[in-house]
Amino acid sequence: MTSGAAGMELAEASNVFIYATMLTLSIAMVLFAASFASGRRPSTAKTVATSAHSSGSGSVAVLERDTDRPIVDSGRRLANIGMSLTWLATGLLTIALVLRGVWAGRVPWGNMYEFSISSAWGVLVVFLALSLRRDLRWLGLFVVIPALLTLGLAVTVLYTEAAQLVPALKSYWLVIHVSAAIICAGAFTVAASTAGLSLVQSRMESRGRSFSGPMSAMPSAERLRTFTSRIIAFSFPLWTFAVIAGAIWAENAWGRYWGWDPKETWAFITWVVYAAYLHARSTAGWRGDRASWIAILGLVTFLINYFGVNIFVNSLHSYAGV
Amino acid sequence: MTAPPAVRTEAPVPPMGASGFLRWAWRQLTSMRVALILLFALAVASVPGSILPQRGNNPLLVDEWLAEQPTVGPILDSLGFFDVYGAPWFAAVYLLLFISLIGCVLPRVGVHWKALRSQPPNAPRNLNRMAAFTEQTANMSAEQVIADQSARLRKDRWRVRTGSTDETLWLSAEKGYLRETGNLVFHLALVLVLVAVAVGGLFGWRGNVIVKEGSGFSNTLTQYDAWGGGRLATADTIPPFAFTLDDFAVEFERSEAQRGSPRLFEATVDLQRDPQGPTERESIQVNFPISIAGAKVFLVGHGYAPSFIVRDSTGAVVLDDDIVFLPQDGNFTSTGVIKVPDSAPQLGFQGLFLPTSAIDDIRGPHSVFPDADDPSVFLSVWEGDLGLDSGIPQSIYTIDTEGMEQIGLRALVPGQAWDFGAGEIEFTGWQRWASFQIAFDPGKEAALAAAVLAMVGLTVSLFTRRRRLWVKAQPGAGASSLVQAAGLSKSEAGDVSADVQEVWDSMDAGRQEERQ
Repeated sequence: MTSGAAGMELAEASNVFIYATMLTLSIAMVLFAASFASGRRPSTAKTVATSAHSSGSGSVAVLERDTDRPIVDSGRRLANIGMSLTWLATGLLTIALVLRGVWAGRVPWGNMYEFSISSAWGVLVVFLALSLRRDLRWLGLFVVIPALLTLGLAVTVLYTEAAQLVPALKSYWLVIHVSAAIICAGAFTVAASTAGLSLVQSRMESRGRSFSGPMSAMPSAERLRTFTSRIIAFSFPLWTFAVIAGAIWAENAWGRYWGWDPKETWAFITWVVYAAYLHARSTAGWRGDRASWIAILGLVTFLINYFGVNIFVNSLHSYAGV
Repeated sequence: MTAPPAVRTEAPVPPMGASGFLRWAWRQLTSMRVALILLFALAVASVPGSILPQRGNNPLLVDEWLAEQPTVGPILDSLGFFDVYGAPWFAAVYLLLFISLIGCVLPRVGVHWKALRSQPPNAPRNLNRMAAFTEQTANMSAEQVIADQSARLRKDRWRVRTGSTDETLWLSAEKGYLRETGNLVFHLALVLVLVAVAVGGLFGWRGNVIVKEGSGFSNTLTQYDAWGGGRLATADTIPPFAFTLDDFAVEFERSEAQRGSPRLFEATVDLQRDPQGPTERESIQVNFPISIAGAKVFLVGHGYAPSFIVRDSTGAVVLDDDIVFLPQDGNFTSTGVIKVPDSAPQLGFQGLFLPTSAIDDIRGPHSVFPDADDPSVFLSVWEGDLGLDSGIPQSIYTIDTEGMEQIGLRALVPGQAWDFGAGEIEFTGWQRWASFQIAFDPGKEAALAAAVLAMVGLTVSLFTRRRRLWVKAQPGAGASSLVQAAGLSKSEAGDVSADVQEVWDSMDAGRQEERQ
């Protein structure tokens, strides 16, 4: 741990960057919200261009890849600024985490405060990484809100002064196990957002083809469900890896790789729920709204594991200075 | 009242007859829907074990819980709620799930094996019903188009079949068989994980022992404080090593933030790997166990052992020992008992050891820091019959005070002695002890290998897209031809447009090469 006045400056700088992140994200949230509220069904003239079958090279990719309906004019500019601010906020948050790590002299994953801000970072990074491949401006609002909530909770309730690790955490498995868990936290959160949106959209669609309002500018329920299942198809193997890495670490630290400690049990429950999700996606009668509910349930079990087990249950994992 | 709708009678009901019923039950069990229900059942069945204390993890807490809940407790206990993961109903859920898994996966292994050795099916008559259908005229003969595309696709590891219908030449290609291979590997590897866990459970063992600084331990069954093995575990697998705990080093956080949090535990031992072998100096730390002949020695806990000398009324020494006290909180407020059976009458002491002493009205005497900065003991002395001859095994951490009388209460600091009338006790100092877990699990390497295999299979499966691609070429005027291309994704929500696009791109590239 960096000691003395220099250390305190690092700590304060880290906190300043956290607040700057929150401020930036708040502005992004307002812009995304305004963009969402002004959303209208794209005019027919625009959809013709993307849905018509056209022959000749070059047009096929446009036809099939354009999976997400564009946000219409007025909201587009706001959402663009929102995206830029989200990039900025993620950069600021990265700096905050690095400063925190330098201050503590270790990876910044030693307690619930640090893990929470890292999870918020994970949510933003997963969202931005996905946005590189497709237009995700419509999703911005529903990713920035959970990231902001997590940061707010971290700063107000969970804040802890940085300190050295307890011996049980002094292992390179901390880096392997926890980094996988952080990316999963991000991916599960984004997937739960899109699953929730698909449920709303599916209700809108069941009212008839001519619904209007913000949701009419969003992707169809089917596309939202497909998107959700792709994120989970990516994060489920990663979660499997996180659990296996945790088991190897547990074997090293406690002499058994699986002991049904509450944290392990809930990691297992999360795994089983997402396994159920993948099965539901290929079971007739389940692939629609029911699967979306399971995706949300998966995130709920993850959150129970994180908050419930750390705070309320007597677990071997309850050491990290809540 | 209305009559029940007629469709009801068509609902799937089990057919009559034993064999018919069995076939029906098997089909149900191996269906995806039932697998889904069993997965949910497994998730739900796991929950109570994370809320209620479990015997395997915390037997003392279970006893406490049972004492507090005299009505509900025994009912839950008889239903196995304090040993959920060993309960028959929990086993029923996961065994059914695994039977369902095997019943579903094994037939698919056969189907996939056949698919791997067969050719892609004929191209469909009308490609324009397929996804990403496009057509355009090419300045190449139909034969040339199909030959070029076949060669390219084969190079990209597609399985290609060509043919012709009337004048039209076609190719049918398929790729992504690894999706199903990975899927099957994943599911079968899960069965291996279960087998490896079972092997570990049947043949493995685990023991706990507390060793004081300066004391030794030799690895035989009788030396353990607690030892538990699987049904098929034998003493042959206990390696005959021995060690002496030379030193146990502890450091705690002293600065404001997280004051009292542990920072270092290190046990230094003189280890003899086998009775004839040399003595080596080894360090055992949390996260850094040592391995000896398949067994592993882990450092799992530590505490204080205050040292006492007890003299009887004649002044003769009747006890001179370090007594293991068990920590009760994070600051190591520790409790223990001293039994002196060799004095007449017998003496017993109930004690509280405080490494850094404090006292207040609410909590009474307690410790405020885990390191021994200001140690003291609080002792209450009892006189009478310790009940050691009753034949009932006794804990070394409690005194049965039924046949005894309390004759005094006193706090002592190191070096201080106390004459309580029937004798004298001197608190001479303290030592540390470390607790070790020694574990042998012959299934753990296999479990890891199977889990990694499952993860690899899963990743391959979820990241591979299985899809079909068709190209048709109809001879046109001169050396030109009308080319159609379309695809079909066989994985859920897959996209084949990139594959179709590549057909055109490769033809464009070929033309450009010709021009140059």
